[in-house]
Amino acid sequence: MKQAAEGTEQDTSKPVASIGRRWGMVVDLDRCTGCQACVVACHAENNIALNLEDVVLQQRAINWIRIERYWEGEYPNVKARFLPMFCQHCNNAPCEPVCPVYATYHNQEGLNVQVYNRCIGTRYCANNCPYHARFFNFWERDLDDTHREYLNPEVTVRTKGIMEKCTFCVQRIRRSEWERRQADEELQEGDVQPACVQACPTDTLVFGNLEDENSRVAQLAENKRHYRVMENLGTDTNVIYLKKVDPHASETAPAHAGTAADSGGNSA
Amino acid sequence: MHERPRLTPIQINRDLLRSVLETPLVFYVLLLLLMGLVGLGVIAATLMVSYGLGVTGLNHPVFWGFFIINFVFWVGISHAGTMISAILRLSAAEWRRPVVRAAEVMTVFSLLTAALFVVLHTGRPWRTLYWAFPYDFVRGIWPDVRSPLVWDPSAIFTYLTGSILFVYAALIPDLALARDQTTGWRRAVYGVLCLGWRGNARQWKLLNATGLLLSALILPVFVSVHSIVSWDFGMSLVPGWHVHIFAPYFVVGAVLSGVAAVIALMAVMRSLFRLHDYIRPEHFDMIGRLLIVVALAWAYFYFIDVIFALLSNEEAEYQVMKLRLSPPYLYLFLLMITCNVFLPVPIWMFRKFRRNIGIMVWTAIVVNIGMWLERFLIIIPTLQRRHPDAFAWGDYSASLVEITLVIFSFANVALLLLLFSKIFPVIPIWEEKEGHIWKREFRIGKLRLPAIVRE
Repeated sequence: MKQAAEGTEQDTSKPVASIGRRWGMVVDLDRCTGCQACVVACHAENNIALNLEDVVLQQRAINWIRIERYWEGEYPNVKARFLPMFCQHCNNAPCEPVCPVYATYHNQEGLNVQVYNRCIGTRYCANNCPYHARFFNFWERDLDDTHREYLNPEVTVRTKGIMEKCTFCVQRIRRSEWERRQADEELQEGDVQPACVQACPTDTLVFGNLEDENSRVAQLAENKRHYRVMENLGTDTNVIYLKKVDPHASETAPAHAGTAADSGGNSA
Repeated sequence: MHERPRLTPIQINRDLLRSVLETPLVFYVLLLLLMGLVGLGVIAATLMVSYGLGVTGLNHPVFWGFFIINFVFWVGISHAGTMISAILRLSAAEWRRPVVRAAEVMTVFSLLTAALFVVLHTGRPWRTLYWAFPYDFVRGIWPDVRSPLVWDPSAIFTYLTGSILFVYAALIPDLALARDQTTGWRRAVYGVLCLGWRGNARQWKLLNATGLLLSALILPVFVSVHSIVSWDFGMSLVPGWHVHIFAPYFVVGAVLSGVAAVIALMAVMRSLFRLHDYIRPEHFDMIGRLLIVVALAWAYFYFIDVIFALLSNEEAEYQVMKLRLSPPYLYLFLLMITCNVFLPVPIWMFRKFRRNIGIMVWTAIVVNIGMWLERFLIIIPTLQRRHPDAFAWGDYSASLVEITLVIFSFANVALLLLLFSKIFPVIPIWEEKEGHIWKREFRIGKLRLPAIVRE
């Protein structure tokens, strides 16, 4: 908000003019224990379909956030490394220009937005997303009355034939905005917490406004351990990962997509 | 063209209108069979629309499957019409005459089928109207012109419109002939359709100008359509698809499969409608020569594609190609390359085989199997290894619904062609007669030299 004046200047490198707010997340991989609390919280908050056994076996499970597990080192010195992966809300998103109907576009808050009503299900965006962060509803939801009781009323239940993905809990952003507006105030740091951030027991996930340089997320993003996944593709993500390079990591461990370009790099 | 037997105009009329005026039993048998297959397809599509795309084999990494393969395949087949008629018309190749209409009509029907598969692919077909036909001007939501999926319908509908005009313009004199040979309601229908054709000199002049003009105008569309279809892949960020040679590569592949399909179509027409005097071995000979060039050009592009993936030192590209070139896809790859080049090209090299219609039909079918596999190998393995991490790798096997719909597409094109042949003459009668008028025979000593003399 401090930089609102600067934000009004058109930055031609960005797809849309910013309004001094660019939501982003920092994921400190050195803190992540792979407990999957974020996954559960996300499912509960966002009315995600239950991934029952048959759906998983069909390779059609929907997880807006998933924990990727990598093994590091050679036996017996094997370490499990975890990497929470979700929509990276790229500023230069590969999924956006391929949608013929603007069902996914970039809004002024730096969010990559999915408009369910507009989606026609070409699935081109999902093909083009290098992070595999987009999910398709292959089946209609089978909701009985008990099920309906624990749906979140603020989140649309997606029908079949629609793409969906992490929204950074946009409904929480909107609710916080509304609450502040009732008091005639601006949105403050810490007002908005997506479900995954709220559930994270180790403070791995930090959410906030990357354009506000006093925010915790902006300061963490400058940490020397920072890197972005698949930065070589030029997607300019709003999600920044922190990882200390382990000099003893095995050479043979699978590298996560050539992200060693910047200072932190990743060794996993 | 040299050995064409002498036929009187009356006999030509009778032979070529026979398929329209008479209905043999085999027509009803074929009609029932094809309608049955199309009916199965309709049931499968209904199932898919009501239960969702879950009934297909599509899954998380492999979002595009048989429908897109089939779409690309049928757009490829549709290239035959313009290749045969426009290019050969402009280059005044005499042997084109009996083939042009069947090829053009196949263009129209395969394009319609291809368009149907894009619509089916989205799972909720009615929603697709939003983007193919941006009718809702008031709301102000327009399609995103940056998306290759918006270029696609533009290209396809342009090509479809052009092809329909092309077929129709060349049909007018034949419709007039049909009007003169029929009675009752059929006469009335043909009378309306032939737009008052009287066959005077001015009308013939206009018709010839139209043919040349449409041929010249449709050629750029012909090149652009499959280029644009290839950009569905080329414009993406997917390793294995993001390849710069895709546009010419796809166009050449399309011509290969399309022209091969014309061979099969010609042979079927020849035996079904007893057109032995019109579709002759020398036509198969000529198309065989054309196909040698096209198949070798295709092989060159495929080679470049593989070499670039293997030598570009790009890990993701390499993983995709490695999957494509290792079992089980290796077997498909070998089958494809055998079907497309190693088997048919040596056969086409020999005049004896090119004039053997049975062998030509088999090579045509083999080439189309190969070209279908080629699209399969471009789409499926690539999506399975779209991500350099093993974390998001997957596999794909088509469901019964998808297989049924693929069979449906073949039956659908065949059914439409059959119905067309019932309503309109499948060989352009006036073009055939024109060829006969221009035919001369010279005697040089004992040698009889057939030739074409044009004013």
